[in-house]
Amino acid sequence: METRFIELFKETLEIEADTVHLDTVFRELEQWDSLAFLSVIAMIDEEYDVVIEGNDFKKLVTISELIEEIKKRKA
Amino acid sequence: MAILHTKNIKIKGMSACVPTHIEDNKKLSLLGSVEEAQRFVDVTGIEYRRMVKDTGFCTSDLCFHAAEKLIAELNWAKEEIDCLIFVTQTPDYILPATSCILQHRLGLPIDCYSMDISLGCSGWVYGLSTISALLSSGTMKKGLLLVGDTTTVTKSDRDKSTYPLFGDAGTATALEFVEGEDGIKFQLGTDGKGFESIIIPDGGFRNFPTQSSFEFAEIEQGQYRNRLQSILDGPSVFTFGITKAPRSVNTLLETFGIEKEQVDYFVFHQANKMMNEKIRTKLKIEPEKVPYSLGKYGNTSSASIPLTMISELKKQLEGHTKQIVVCAFGVGLSWASASFELDNVVCPPIVEV
Repeated sequence: METRFIELFKETLEIEADTVHLDTVFRELEQWDSLAFLSVIAMIDEEYDVVIEGNDFKKLVTISELIEEIKKRKA
Repeated sequence: MAILHTKNIKIKGMSACVPTHIEDNKKLSLLGSVEEAQRFVDVTGIEYRRMVKDTGFCTSDLCFHAAEKLIAELNWAKEEIDCLIFVTQTPDYILPATSCILQHRLGLPIDCYSMDISLGCSGWVYGLSTISALLSSGTMKKGLLLVGDTTTVTKSDRDKSTYPLFGDAGTATALEFVEGEDGIKFQLGTDGKGFESIIIPDGGFRNFPTQSSFEFAEIEQGQYRNRLQSILDGPSVFTFGITKAPRSVNTLLETFGIEKEQVDYFVFHQANKMMNEKIRTKLKIEPEKVPYSLGKYGNTSSASIPLTMISELKKQLEGHTKQIVVCAFGVGLSWASASFELDNVVCPPIVEV
């Protein structure tokens, strides 16, 4: 799931360079802004049928935390 | 559970009024470069917005003009109007209720039932439930539902999380008691846990305005707003909308045994394109059935559903019979869906002032 998620994440933010990894602090990415935030929420809903509420989302820092949150909610 | 079926009601007409001042998001320096502004327009679907800007117009002025136009077009005698409901979160005064001022200004009889309702995005549908319930017993026959907002006045022009999204509009909807009509079916809901997601913190009685209410604070780099201006927590509202709106529509359809195929148009509150498209695809509705006025008017709060019907469906509605489902969601947090028939509804052209 990890590789696939990173792919989808990069696609959503239109990132081509190899800048996204499990330990990436996604809010620090140059492409991250409020519209990107919404696009990622929508992508996660679309792909995993999981909606992470704004306040819970704000607690997540790295890509791997994001993946763990999706897994937790899927379980 | 708030499920409602108000019978013996017919929606006779709808009208809208918008300010003449147009703002173009593509030229808005607040959004950054031309490319960044274009990306904003592409994602949100919001290109132009109408603003009362410096005109001194309030929501009640826009609704007044919409109402005058509709009353004339319907050929209604004003003394026959028994009921006036005004829905807004941008009233003329803290007190009195703006509906009282409108009753007098419109020349409605003093025997007219008049009341304000304070709701935003969900306001037209909630207002429809109230006025149709009042009329459905048949002792009051004709009612006017005036709904709108001038939210641009409450936005900081140095806050890109709110300013480029909103436009101003006022609407009027005319309803009548008609024995035997199937009326309007509703599903309504509330989740006050999210009350801070869209809020103007100061200026009410919880936080009475003080000198510090007017001070601008930097909320994010280069973004400023004071405490009399509205906050919009985009991600929270987004997740709220994409979960609650489809659920509400599905509950409405299932409860009343309505098939999606029977519905000619699904008209949603105009929040932004990304959110609305998400709701549409979750409900598996064809794009042809879902009109948008976002590009022309932005998010017009409580006015958005009637404004979208008038702006986008005027030709399809006038002289025809159509089955409509509407769904509104937002500030509160509050949401409401409704299903009704529009049969030869009167839709005068949008008034500009």
